[in-house]
Amino acid sequence: MRHLLSAADLDLASAQSILDVAEEMQQVQSRPVKKLPALRGRTVVNIFFEDSTRTRTSFEIAGKWLSADTINVSAKGSSVSKGESLRDTMLTLDAMGVDAFVIRHPSSGAAQQVAGWVKAQVINAGDGQHEHPTQALLDAYSMRHHFRSIGSDGFAGKKIAIVGDLLHSRVVRSNVLLQRTLGGEVVLVAPPTLLPTGVETWGCPVTSDFDAAIADADIVMMLRVQRERMAGGFFPTEREYAEGYGLTEARLAAMKPGAAICHPGPMNRGVEISSAAADAANSLVLDQVAGGVAVRMSVLYHLLGSDEGAM
Amino acid sequence: MADPAPDTPTSGLSSRVVVDGPELARSLARMAHQILEANRGADDLVLLGIPTRGVFLARRLAALIAEIEGRPVRIGELDITMYRDDLRANPTRSVGRTAIPGRIDDAVVVLVDDVLFSGRTITAAIDALRDLGRPRAVRLAVLVDRGHRELPIAADHVGRTIQTAADERVQVRLSELDGDDAVTIGRTGGTR
Repeated sequence: MRHLLSAADLDLASAQSILDVAEEMQQVQSRPVKKLPALRGRTVVNIFFEDSTRTRTSFEIAGKWLSADTINVSAKGSSVSKGESLRDTMLTLDAMGVDAFVIRHPSSGAAQQVAGWVKAQVINAGDGQHEHPTQALLDAYSMRHHFRSIGSDGFAGKKIAIVGDLLHSRVVRSNVLLQRTLGGEVVLVAPPTLLPTGVETWGCPVTSDFDAAIADADIVMMLRVQRERMAGGFFPTEREYAEGYGLTEARLAAMKPGAAICHPGPMNRGVEISSAAADAANSLVLDQVAGGVAVRMSVLYHLLGSDEGAM
Repeated sequence: MADPAPDTPTSGLSSRVVVDGPELARSLARMAHQILEANRGADDLVLLGIPTRGVFLARRLAALIAEIEGRPVRIGELDITMYRDDLRANPTRSVGRTAIPGRIDDAVVVLVDDVLFSGRTITAAIDALRDLGRPRAVRLAVLVDRGHRELPIAADHVGRTIQTAADERVQVRLSELDGDDAVTIGRTGGTR
């Protein structure tokens, strides 16, 4: 595999290999010397045209722990703010001999387009409302950990409810595509105003009844209400949204035994998730962050570890 | 993407047995005694097997040492994939398990592998160890030394030294993985 642009780029064998290698990578976190030499001499540029803390930082740490040279470029303070086009910016950096770009961009399809321009390998770290494949991988990684901890293995037959602002979410699309490969059954829960167009073609059940969906979900994945992408008018008030689609204390209590909570972060406490749920014993939120570095190390290793790039 | 383990037995190719099961058992028993003798007992001893077959050999040596000394010896696994010098030149390799039993600082680490050939695996293992701690000493125990070193590496404890041609393939078969115990040589044109 040359690029990771979409969760659909991964077949079952490669997805599982990424998750398996991530398990070994996570051990590095507890070592005295947090360094593996696998990507020595490779240069990875994290180029972020949109704000991000956890994704950018975890990609940077992942690259450094694998001994790659990682460089961060943010749109602010770069030539982009002088009006340079995306293509010119990427070709300029590419001409410096970069091995890989980790790119986040507010436009859907940006990573795909960049992959067509540059010689370097491209990892999509979020393109608009389209995809965020490494987030889906780390969600799957955390879920798999949780399933194993309760003595069950594999995604087959597991019900994963993805709840909330599906319209503005790139995480949901990548999760749906990845679970199609891994075998989990995704149920989409959202108010009708926050459903993306074409959601009926995704092959997942869609409902606006959160209480019904929560009763048999093994994973409840809450999505952030992306107020910065909303021009307004998607729901009356935050309080009303929380009542219909928030993971309240009452809904936390209604989850089935052994079910767990995911949230890609950053959380709006009191809107889509109550503090009780965010900090609950079955909340995987911090495991997701911890797994984020390991999963991104594994992705970088799979893409850049070999000159043949085979996977 | 998961590459075949480099020492997976290849069936259907002609090979002859050079060490049979009982001989292999005797070699391991002798190695266990030698390790204890060189270390003057099992104090501070940590056996680290290199996947795949080194792990099983380390377990067997540990069991033998425990039997002789009457107490268990620390044992672990050291995967060297990330430290290989040919990582880039090959398709992406799957990564094995590394499990270190506690701290290895000031311990005497005995690396255990099945076949010593070019010495590159052991060089990678020494690099990997450096990132995990600072053992007082590192020793090397191999079941088979087949010669043809490409780096200045020598084993401290050797089960059998076997004369080979560079293009012959030496395979260690272990009952845990392969159903029986044996060392075979085949002329497969492979590199091992």
